[in-house]
Amino acid sequence: MNDGLTPDVENKNTPKVPLKPLGKVLAVTSGKGGVGKTFVSANLAAALASRGHRVLVLDADLGLANLDVVLNLHPKVTLHDVFTGKAKLEDAILPAPGGFSVLLAGSGMVEYSRLTTEVRDEFLRIISSLVPRFDVVLMDTGAGISDVVLFAVSLASEVLMVATPEPTSLTDAYATIKVLVGQQQRQTVRLIVNQSTRSGSGQAITNQLQQVLDRFVATDPEHPIQLIHLGDIPVDPEVRQAIMRRQLMMQHTPDCPAGKAIAQLARTLERTVIPKPA
Amino acid sequence: MTRFPDTSLVNLHNLKLDDACALLQHDAKNIEQEAGESDAAYLQRLIDGLCELSLRDPLTGLNNRRHFRSVLERSIDIVARSGESVLLLLLDIDRFKSINDGHGHLAGDQVLREIASCLAHCLRPMDTVARYGGEEFAIILPNCRPAFGLAVAERIRKSVAALSIPVSPLLSLKVTISIGGAYAPEWVRSTTDLWIERADKQLYRAKSEGRDQVCLDQPRELSVSAEEKGLLFGHLLMDESGIQENVPRDATSDEQSNAPKRENA
Ligand SMILES: Nc1ncnc2c1ncn2[C@@H]1O[C@H](COP(=O)(O)OP(=O)(O)OP(=O)(O)O)[C@@H](O)[C@H]1O
Ligand SMILES: [Mg+2]
Repeated sequence: MNDGLTPDVENKNTPKVPLKPLGKVLAVTSGKGGVGKTFVSANLAAALASRGHRVLVLDADLGLANLDVVLNLHPKVTLHDVFTGKAKLEDAILPAPGGFSVLLAGSGMVEYSRLTTEVRDEFLRIISSLVPRFDVVLMDTGAGISDVVLFAVSLASEVLMVATPEPTSLTDAYATIKVLVGQQQRQTVRLIVNQSTRSGSGQAITNQLQQVLDRFVATDPEHPIQLIHLGDIPVDPEVRQAIMRRQLMMQHTPDCPAGKAIAQLARTLERTVIPKPA
Repeated sequence: MTRFPDTSLVNLHNLKLDDACALLQHDAKNIEQEAGESDAAYLQRLIDGLCELSLRDPLTGLNNRRHFRSVLERSIDIVARSGESVLLLLLDIDRFKSINDGHGHLAGDQVLREIASCLAHCLRPMDTVARYGGEEFAIILPNCRPAFGLAVAERIRKSVAALSIPVSPLLSLKVTISIGGAYAPEWVRSTTDLWIERADKQLYRAKSEGRDQVCLDQPRELSVSAEEKGLLFGHLLMDESGIQENVPRDATSDEQSNAPKRENA
């Protein structure tokens, strides 16, 4: 009964952040769907892996992320099997092209999208046991503010918000940040502007969003909100072509404009949130 | 298969269909096997009739609670991924007990039937209306934008209040209903129980604030006001018109390039 999200019950269910800052767990999320979360998750993972980090990508969109398609994997064991007790977590962690690991949800996971206490506990247990084994865990979440997304984000130490420069995407990103601030007391969000058509526009967009957040959301000076511009990724035909070829862009054409941008994102993350690998 | 070497898959006489036929006959269904109707087709017709019965409320002919629950389950799954607005209304006849007590149960039944048919007429084909309990009805309105919810619910309330329900040759009754409503949380996978609970709370509010009224749960706050949008996109509009491109972005011209921006906001 208590797993939904009416305004007065959601505080009981969605743990206040930090629930337990779980190592370096980065949630890749967005307000609107289809803006490039899965593309960013997979390729950023490859970029970080090539810099020596042990990286795991988790399909926190419960099988809807299509990570298996992007990575051209045909998993025999998935998170679903771990949930149903058919397999051990170790067996569901697969090597992905690009030198990182991936935990795919499997199609049956949608069944678990009604987040009962048991499902939450199981998720928490799984993510907690992943954290010590990897330097970075990237969670590819669904779009919007479904309770699965909010729950996944609540477990992350950092939020990477992906948005495109279109007004609908920015409005939804802004609205989602509002919820993360209001409901999870999140104070820092990092913005990735994907599919940008003009260089340098990401910083301007970030400033704009920051101004509106300051004015309408962070009205309490004790609790400022910091929107940090993590970087821009240009529109690049290679992105689509890589998907059509079922190859990972970072692995095959790392020098294309989008590839260079992702490599830059990895360096920026290393400077700011992830310690350099030993 | 080999046990029924007959052309028919089963022997109708072994199936003891009497109970099923009695149920269907009671519902004014033709239960005789028609000339030329194969055993399988006849059986299918009986099964279809039983399925229909199991989803309908016998008194009012509306969907019953079971059918309502399954439609609600489906709606909540659609909303979780599509973000479509779906409104659930719970309706309760005001002071129904006094109708039963004062005019008898037959009068009460007549009131239920009249209101049911009034509700069925108020709605679009895509909507689902059900008898939810004794004097309670439920309506699921898919694709109902939050801006219209109150108007739709008010229209239903007024239609019922306008009825004059004949309960005997000499007597017609006026009845009112209270309505509570809640939207499915958009993009959110929640549960039907919680959704009903939220609508029920509003129904309780409508009752306790004097009956014959509508109370709706406000949809979840994910709204961005016009003012916020103006601030967010004033800058983009300028960007597109190319003003910023022509102005060098160094410190000296900052004043200049910012001035129209403030005006926009
Ligand atoms: N930088 C880019 N340049 C060109 N195309 C891009 C770029 N980024 C993403 N795309 C296109 O957008 C599509 C959607 O990307 P992706 O599947 O990663 O989005 P998503 O946010 O994960 O979507 P969903 O919300 O459905 O999970 C990709 O298939 C790709 O074709
Ligand atoms: Mg995705």
